[in-house]
Amino acid sequence: MLLSHGVMDFFYFVIFPGFVFTAVIGLLSTWVDRKVSARIQWRVGPPWYQPLADVIKLMSKESIIPEGSNRTTFLIAPLIGFAAVILVSTIVWMANIYPEVTFVGDLIVVIYLLYLPSIALIIAGSSSRNPFGALGASREMKLMLAYEIAFLFAIFTIVVKNGGIISLGGILHYQANHGCMLAQGASCIIAFIVGLLCIPAKLGLVPFDIAEAETELIAGPYTEYSGASLAIFKLTKAMLLFTLPIFILTLFAKTVWTPWTILWYVLILVFIVLIKNTNPRFRIDQALKFFWLPVVTLSIAGIILAAVGL
Amino acid sequence: MSDNNHRLSGLKKWGFRKSPWVFHLSTGSCNNCDIEILDALTPRFDLERFGILLVGTPRHADILLVTGIITVQALPRLLHVYEQAAKPCLVVAVGTCPCTGGIFDGSYHHVGPLDKIIPVDVYIPGCPPKPEAIISGVAKALAKL
Repeated sequence: MLLSHGVMDFFYFVIFPGFVFTAVIGLLSTWVDRKVSARIQWRVGPPWYQPLADVIKLMSKESIIPEGSNRTTFLIAPLIGFAAVILVSTIVWMANIYPEVTFVGDLIVVIYLLYLPSIALIIAGSSSRNPFGALGASREMKLMLAYEIAFLFAIFTIVVKNGGIISLGGILHYQANHGCMLAQGASCIIAFIVGLLCIPAKLGLVPFDIAEAETELIAGPYTEYSGASLAIFKLTKAMLLFTLPIFILTLFAKTVWTPWTILWYVLILVFIVLIKNTNPRFRIDQALKFFWLPVVTLSIAGIILAAVGL
Repeated sequence: MSDNNHRLSGLKKWGFRKSPWVFHLSTGSCNNCDIEILDALTPRFDLERFGILLVGTPRHADILLVTGIITVQALPRLLHVYEQAAKPCLVVAVGTCPCTGGIFDGSYHHVGPLDKIIPVDVYIPGCPPKPEAIISGVAKALAKL
């Protein structure tokens, strides 16, 4: 019995809701991103296996550890973000599949785990002994300060609205009984919009790719990474592109698993890609102003509306 | 110097051929070949169809596109960048200058053709070569793997 439990846990983490499943869908989402961008620029765009080919190629290349960098942190940094995304994906999907087996407070665990890919990027940039890496790390820190408050407030709105339930399974039960969160009132719609605005910042996509900034900082924290470490960073980013919208959808728009959920996900993805292709990059102070003034005000308005009962 | 010998097999070869990232390195060119390389990367030719991306750092590069005669000033930088690139890394000499030295052959500031310094996989002559020629050269470099 114990053994079979162990085997099932391994299966959950490595195959189905964990690594393999998320990686495959995440890489396909990256392809959708690149293909839609190409069509917007009136190009043909890459074939569907392109992100997979990138990862395989990077895996087969040499991994260089730059002279003077901190060897241990340099190599561990990509794994921290990678492990965190696998855990988030497993927790969110297990809550979706078996809402009754989730533990109390897994919402908080997921929020904390979602910090880790950004923190991994900061560690990576700082440990690589490269001025571009260090600058990228410092910008990533400021960006985290900017968006995390709004993101937390958006999730807090849900908790206020459903009467203090802080487990994913509980939120799913609430939605099964009362209809999806988005239909509960204006406060949830506001929180959903705030969540959508935070997704590109959390993923480091174009209006908020301030840390990576290829025209200014070469590749930011990724500058010194090559081979397998870079492949793990690319995989982490691809998996986050799938996991983060699914997390937002689980909180806001989930009643039962239907083909509509897939449509919701694709809509969010295309929305992110459209933002990416129609906006220039913000400066870091502009991003800070954007999140701290209009977005945080919007999310506080959402919390107040939720407390009033709207 | 002798020919590069990096033959890959199976999945590695497939991955490498489908996703070559290029790094663009000017070692004292007149900028003409550089402009043609940028032309080749525009939406008109759409090299992302073949998985070709321009990267900003030699650590991510699979192909070094070297333009210009190798000047005395540029030589240490060229060697530095070549050492920084993660291997296997192909080297393509773009334009007549890195292939032979062109009209600068024998000048006081000319170190020598590129293949005297680092192993070269493909030569693309022309002053400057057309974008089509550059794309065909990169395709030939990939076919060598």
